[in-house]
Amino acid sequence: MRLTEEEKGMLGGAEGPAVAAAMDLLVRYGTALDCEQLCDVRNVAGTMTQPSPVKARLVAEGGWDKAFAVINLDSDEDLEIPPMRVATCQLQHGFGADAAGTVPYPAQLIELQGDAEAFYGRHGVQILATCTPYQVGNLPVRGEHCAWMESSAVIYANSVLGARTNCEGTASAGAASLTGKVPCWGNHLDHNRYGTHLIDVGTRVDDVTEWGMLGYFAGSLAGEERPVITGDIGRPDLVGLKHIGAAAATSGGVELYHIPGITPEAPTLEAAFGPAGVPGAVRYGPDQRSAVYADLNSCGTSADVDFVLLGCPHASVDQIGQAARALDGRCLSPGTELWLMVPRALKVVADRSGYTEIIERAGGKVLADSCPAMSRVAPTGTRVFATDSAKQAHYLPAILGIEAWFGTLDECVDAAVTGRWHGFLRDHSLLRDHR
Amino acid sequence: MTRPSGLIILRGRAVVPGVVAAEALVSHETISGWGGIDPAKGVIIEPRHELFGQCFTGRILVFPGAKGSSGWSGFFQSTRLLGTAPAGMIFSRVSTKSALGAVVTRVPALTDLDQDPCAVISTGDWVRIDADHGLAEVNPASLQ
Repeated sequence: MRLTEEEKGMLGGAEGPAVAAAMDLLVRYGTALDCEQLCDVRNVAGTMTQPSPVKARLVAEGGWDKAFAVINLDSDEDLEIPPMRVATCQLQHGFGADAAGTVPYPAQLIELQGDAEAFYGRHGVQILATCTPYQVGNLPVRGEHCAWMESSAVIYANSVLGARTNCEGTASAGAASLTGKVPCWGNHLDHNRYGTHLIDVGTRVDDVTEWGMLGYFAGSLAGEERPVITGDIGRPDLVGLKHIGAAAATSGGVELYHIPGITPEAPTLEAAFGPAGVPGAVRYGPDQRSAVYADLNSCGTSADVDFVLLGCPHASVDQIGQAARALDGRCLSPGTELWLMVPRALKVVADRSGYTEIIERAGGKVLADSCPAMSRVAPTGTRVFATDSAKQAHYLPAILGIEAWFGTLDECVDAAVTGRWHGFLRDHSLLRDHR
Repeated sequence: MTRPSGLIILRGRAVVPGVVAAEALVSHETISGWGGIDPAKGVIIEPRHELFGQCFTGRILVFPGAKGSSGWSGFFQSTRLLGTAPAGMIFSRVSTKSALGAVVTRVPALTDLDQDPCAVISTGDWVRIDADHGLAEVNPASLQ
């Protein structure tokens, strides 16, 4: 790799041993990518505070300095961790103290995370504690180079905001936070940002569930490449784009997509594809939609639902309000729990807006900071869960060994109230699909 | 190319330098880290995966690429810290996940090979990675 004089200095220890270790990791990583140089970043989203058994052992051995050195810098040296060099936020992690007694989550993990927040807060880490930093104040601008983790946030930053980030990992984000550098590779480069696959939508996509299914299809088709989506789609809002991205990053490894006329790097279809030209389209019609729906519901056999999970990625204020309206005046089935996962900053808004009270009066819970996949917990005894998130329907069966149902918010709330899954795929597309 | 002995040589690029020899475990599907492996056991846990339940500890993991969450590298780093890591890695497609994952697992790793490693190598073959010279030598189990 070609390093600048500043970078050579960092590698040589001019800014202390922790920065040198960070630069060493970036050089090993950049070499592994066959990348020529680093680029400057001033916006890092990573993970340091999430508790784990390995981290607990490292903290017991050498405190949080040791944990950061080993996990976030991949270094075996005894390092004292300096303040973050550039703006760095913590993504979603485990549950906080206010969840104790509400969710079956070990007290020692809450305590470990509390210690971590104190340590990293002092070192300049912003404890946003959400998979959607773009909802709570970390909104990179177009063209801004970032070092973000969290696949659903990376795809949002690239596609919707026009920022430039690869899907970083724990160690590369940690190294970026102490150096303000990351390999200039992949999504940082102009020629890697053009579309590769064209999807022509022939079935109306205009709500969260539909955006999620379309995203799941797009990820299956494009793998790690870049789908461009046109056709019979409504004008998406933040929530629709949050869900199409999360799903495309789940079924595939999509980090960037374009919707001509909507997303910033695709003013036109031609602009989305650039010099290579527009390829032939792959159709997403009623048959493809039905296949995605069947795939997402292939883990469900029992219609007795113990657990309803909403808010993956973390809910917007609008979604919290919709859940409150759907639950207003109703009461959950005695054997069923409902959790709505939200960013803590938006929980404050939900509390003030009266949404939390309505949801809790019905028996539901509004929970901040985490999710069942990150914290690996569900209500005790859960065998079957329902969700409006394609991402959770995909992952939770593997992570928690439970069955999944995927459907609309209203179907999920109905399952929470009745304890039974009655969801089905609405055939709304028939009248519109005559092409 | 195949030598008279039956040894197959693949030429590629080092992702992580070093030399190691071990039995191959070959996946034809991409692998998830978070939600895909259990680092405590060194086992693939994704229910629909072709290697579901198989252990990669001490073997050369041969796979097309990484998929899923950005936790990929952290999960493979944990296999090193917990003593369940693969002995080496050979993969077709470089991404930030697979590249950083190999780096923090700190095992010899190759990519950009002149043949499709997932087609040429079979589970049970004895594989020697010489990443310093960009080589993998494959001794097919069928000839052992």
